Amino acid sequence: MITLLLIFFPLAASLLLLLVKGEQVKKIALAAAVVEFAIALFAITQYQHNALTQFEINLPWIQSLGINFHVGIDGISLLMVLLTTFLVPVIILTSFKNEYKNPSAFYSLILAMQMALIGVFVSLDGFLFYVFWELALIPIYFICLLWGGEDRARITFKFFVYTLAGSLLMLAGLIYLYQHTATHTFDIAALYAAGQSMDMVHQGYVFWAMFMAFAIKMPIFPFHTWQPDTYTTSPTQGTMLLSGIMLKMGTYGVIRWLLPIAPLGVAHWGTVAIILSVTGIVYASCIAIVQKDFKRLIAYSSIAHVGLIAAGILAGNEQGVQGGMIQMLSHGVNVVGLFFIVDIIQRRTGTREIAVLGGIRNVNPQFAVLFLIVLLGSVALPLTNGFVGEFLLLNGVYQFNAWIAAFAGLSVILGAVYMLRSYQSIMLGETNALTSGFAPLSTSEKTVLIILCAAIIVFGVFPKPLLDIAAPSVKHLVESFQMAITK
Amino acid sequence: MIKLVGLIPLLPLIGFLIIGLFGKKLSKGIVGFIGSGVVLAAFAIAVGIFIELNGQAVKSVPVEFFDWITAGKLSVHFSFLIDPLSSLFLLIITGIGFLIHLYSVSYMHDDEGFSRFFAYLNLFIFFMLLLVLGSNYLIMFVGWEGVGLCSYLLIGFWFKNTAYNNAAKKAFVMNRIGDLGFLLGIILIFVTFGSISYHEVFEQAKNYATGTPVLTTITLLLFVGAMGKSAQLPLYTWLPDAMAGPTPVSALIHAATMVTAGIYMIARSNILYTLSPFTMEVVAVIGVCTALFAATIGLVQNDIKKVLAYSTVSQLGYMFLALGVGAYTGGVFHVMTHAFFKALLFLGAGSVIHAMGGEQDIRKMGGLKKYIPITHATFLMGTLAIVGFPGFSGFFSKDEILANAYEHSIVLWFLGVLTAGMTSFYMFRLYFLTFRNTFRGTHAQEHHLHESPSQMTIPLIILAVLSVVGGLIGIPEVFGGHHYLEAFLKPVFEDSSFRLIHHLPESTELILMGVAVAVMLCGLAYARKMYITDKQVPAAEGEEESAIHKLVYNKYWVDEIYDFLITKPLNFIGDALHKVVDNELIDGIVNGCGYVVNGVSGVIRRAQTGNIGFYVFVMVISIVLILFAQLF
Amino acid sequence: MSVVQTIPINWYILLSAVLFTIGVLGVLFRRNAIIIFMSVELMLNAINLLLVAFSTYLSDSKGQVFVFFIMAVAAAEVAVGLAILMSVYRNSKSTDINTLNKLKW
Repeated sequence: MITLLLIFFPLAASLLLLLVKGEQVKKIALAAAVVEFAIALFAITQYQHNALTQFEINLPWIQSLGINFHVGIDGISLLMVLLTTFLVPVIILTSFKNEYKNPSAFYSLILAMQMALIGVFVSLDGFLFYVFWELALIPIYFICLLWGGEDRARITFKFFVYTLAGSLLMLAGLIYLYQHTATHTFDIAALYAAGQSMDMVHQGYVFWAMFMAFAIKMPIFPFHTWQPDTYTTSPTQGTMLLSGIMLKMGTYGVIRWLLPIAPLGVAHWGTVAIILSVTGIVYASCIAIVQKDFKRLIAYSSIAHVGLIAAGILAGNEQGVQGGMIQMLSHGVNVVGLFFIVDIIQRRTGTREIAVLGGIRNVNPQFAVLFLIVLLGSVALPLTNGFVGEFLLLNGVYQFNAWIAAFAGLSVILGAVYMLRSYQSIMLGETNALTSGFAPLSTSEKTVLIILCAAIIVFGVFPKPLLDIAAPSVKHLVESFQMAITK
Repeated sequence: MIKLVGLIPLLPLIGFLIIGLFGKKLSKGIVGFIGSGVVLAAFAIAVGIFIELNGQAVKSVPVEFFDWITAGKLSVHFSFLIDPLSSLFLLIITGIGFLIHLYSVSYMHDDEGFSRFFAYLNLFIFFMLLLVLGSNYLIMFVGWEGVGLCSYLLIGFWFKNTAYNNAAKKAFVMNRIGDLGFLLGIILIFVTFGSISYHEVFEQAKNYATGTPVLTTITLLLFVGAMGKSAQLPLYTWLPDAMAGPTPVSALIHAATMVTAGIYMIARSNILYTLSPFTMEVVAVIGVCTALFAATIGLVQNDIKKVLAYSTVSQLGYMFLALGVGAYTGGVFHVMTHAFFKALLFLGAGSVIHAMGGEQDIRKMGGLKKYIPITHATFLMGTLAIVGFPGFSGFFSKDEILANAYEHSIVLWFLGVLTAGMTSFYMFRLYFLTFRNTFRGTHAQEHHLHESPSQMTIPLIILAVLSVVGGLIGIPEVFGGHHYLEAFLKPVFEDSSFRLIHHLPESTELILMGVAVAVMLCGLAYARKMYITDKQVPAAEGEEESAIHKLVYNKYWVDEIYDFLITKPLNFIGDALHKVVDNELIDGIVNGCGYVVNGVSGVIRRAQTGNIGFYVFVMVISIVLILFAQLF
Repeated sequence: MSVVQTIPINWYILLSAVLFTIGVLGVLFRRNAIIIFMSVELMLNAINLLLVAFSTYLSDSKGQVFVFFIMAVAAAEVAVGLAILMSVYRNSKSTDINTLNKLKW
């Protein structure tokens, strides 16, 4: 029941919002998102710490094709649900200072998006997963298209086609697997069995078909060129949804679908995929260093971070996958914080250009401190959330290959370079005409940043509860993966 | 007392939180009181622990707090380890930390960032304590990066100044280069031993053969971390720039404590290093090269803090030399004495700068002896200690290092002695130019000259006393003394020492001492001749100088070389990747797909003539063809 | 033996083939949209005839059900088609399909 509630409550709220007009929209949307978060928290209290799928619901849907409405939550899903339900209210709260035209549609789309995202994270049926996967694209497409910045039509179109191309490959892969299931069903267990029964070559096909979809969504070098443009052009909340949650659909997909379905494919092609991911880390970091637009810089830094997550997960060991799980959460929190900071700066000064800003710290030290904490989380300083994931991920990649890990580790250095450089240029130094009137933070802004900073520090010091949630499922997953590839 | 160890880092953390959150609302007195008080309280506990540890047979006490990170068989506990090494460092950090806090109350009194300063300092103490207290490598790494953060914050304390900010950023990034090595080393330790807690790692390591490649790799990676943090070649250039921070920061972080973290780490992992002779060679060679290299730069610097900064780099090189030749106790001994006299020298320099109203150029000083007598006296003590004047603390620690170096290789010893001579020269040059002869500054400055208040001079006096007597805990047996420090640290270095057993004949040791003292005196005499007898003053900027002088004065242009070799190419690569690969190549392919589809459909759409008859005709023909294909 | 079955099946097949061919040729060669429509209907009816014949011969009523189905669809289609033609005619005063080639490229 909880699972159904988690999926359909946002949908109901989303539809309800369409009927509401005026000022109340934001508050109702926020209230709905908070309720959803409470439901997720309740689910955590009910959750048993074992590898089994819980809160499972399996209803027949299109029986002639073996498609069921099969959803359920295990540790991995639960963390993703937690991330989604935590970030959506925060994201809604970040928009309190923005006046969007047609707000009821805007917030309705955000909640619809939440519904699709939750659906992706709890689906246990290949077809259902695909449906939610595509469904998630529609709200964000409209959010970007209707409320985006300049040149949005071209950029959202590119984004849409790009991801759709990936989805198509995934669909092909799923159908291919479906053909190989014994009873012609899309149920996850059957798909796992079908995938694992194939030989390495055929698993390789499945691997690439599905990996492309995930790689584009994350995105991984060289499938990333939609990302900086889209992140830059989207309205801040759209960017947050994209980078904070939607990107995790890709990494989640690798964990939930790719590793169990095509273990031999991963074992065979994983090296290539990891090299691509790690190349992306250094590549994106280098580009981030020369960016002039702060939002675009963060977009590139996101490519770097997600590259490490992908590499760690594909390494297929417990440290790597656990690191990936925890880093997905951390990255979600940090990147939302960073994009919000961009938004705060842009709304006050009218620009995001790093070079022309400066001296904001003199005017608003409080903002400077909060910014610094988010930044430290992003550069993975120990005792911030970013470090736990980064350490585990590097550890995982190291066990895969030491040199790749060393190369990936360059992100530790380059991340510090571009982040500190922009922090210095934006916040420190002498105040200029643009920044002298930098207004104090409003209550909603302060709330958001404090919540995020608290999450950054608390989960840097006590990551154990989060790690424990995912641990049994991850252990099970990794063990079956290792068994499949050594067989 | 040992049960209270959790309080030691907790107190500064609480201090940080109180001052950081409410600092603006509190008066300066309260901020200073809280800031220094928590450190003093931590010091008191540290003393208690030290005494308790001394009194009990068990020399290594782990204290568990909570599980920090677990993933598979990786399990990192947030736990502390009390043993002689960590308790000694606790004393140094909290003790000197307290004195410097006390000093800062007065030194920073007129700064608008007073409370921020104390918040940062407390945070630094917190992280530094974590670094030495942790019972596994990851907790050490937490402290390691944390002190780097505080160093960043404090170097860039006056954040309106771009040059200071650049220095701060440089320090952080250079440290991060080392940290990456350290992190990879930790991961390799985990992969090799299946654990990262000291106890388990060292127990297993003992069973490895000397020179096992994996141990060499681990130790080299860890040493990369030490190079960054402890400013060794080639990652040293951040430390001189770090002098941009307030002077107490230079004393605490960039002389007494943080920069010695690398030495602590190697001393802690001594068993791993002892089993990797190759790494030991590398450590010794890099150490002595750094010592010599930095000393040559120190010879010609004119900024009082820069001279001390290069001297710090040089002394750190000494410590690594000690570690590299297996004299772990010697290295730690020098850390301790260096903490005393270098903190003293920096604080003394701070007092001078305070008296001079912010002036740091020694060419504009001179004759300060009569204006600031206490500073002068204590500074002289510090100078005598650092150059290794017989009887002062530096003498004993330096002697121990040199004796061990001699035993290892005469070349290392020779370079060490040469460095000692240079140290003697530049330190006395600094001393003479600052305190002797007549005042060379402006009249206004002369009028302004005054001795610092007692809050500043008391720490100076305490540190001066420590600099003089601090060596007594490590009197070599040649003098019939008892090396207390060696006995105290014995449990920590036990497993290494039986592998590195050595003792020089007493006569050789005495000769070596004699040579070192003679070289030191030569340096002193030469400096005296140049700056007292001949009353020379270093040339002002832009005056004609010899090529070598220029080279050294500009620090061998190392910063410029790094800029040319690393920073510029990095920017270039970033630009190229962005403009060429991203925008042209990859996007070209992606958009190319779109263009191809557009082009092809541009051709095919011509088939849509709009003539219905034609459509029907094509349809019928196709049906007929399909039928034929089916039938035949 | 019903009345229908007194005539051999081949004749039905032949007849509907002829009707169908007439329809096809009508669609192919006539220019008037109305005539084309009628030709299409002719083809449909040729099929209907065939279906009825077969269903009787095979004593399977499904074929006749199909016929009703086709008739219903054809009626609906004609309604829509004629409506479109009407509006086309109103605009262009012609039902010659050669002039109706605006929908291209």
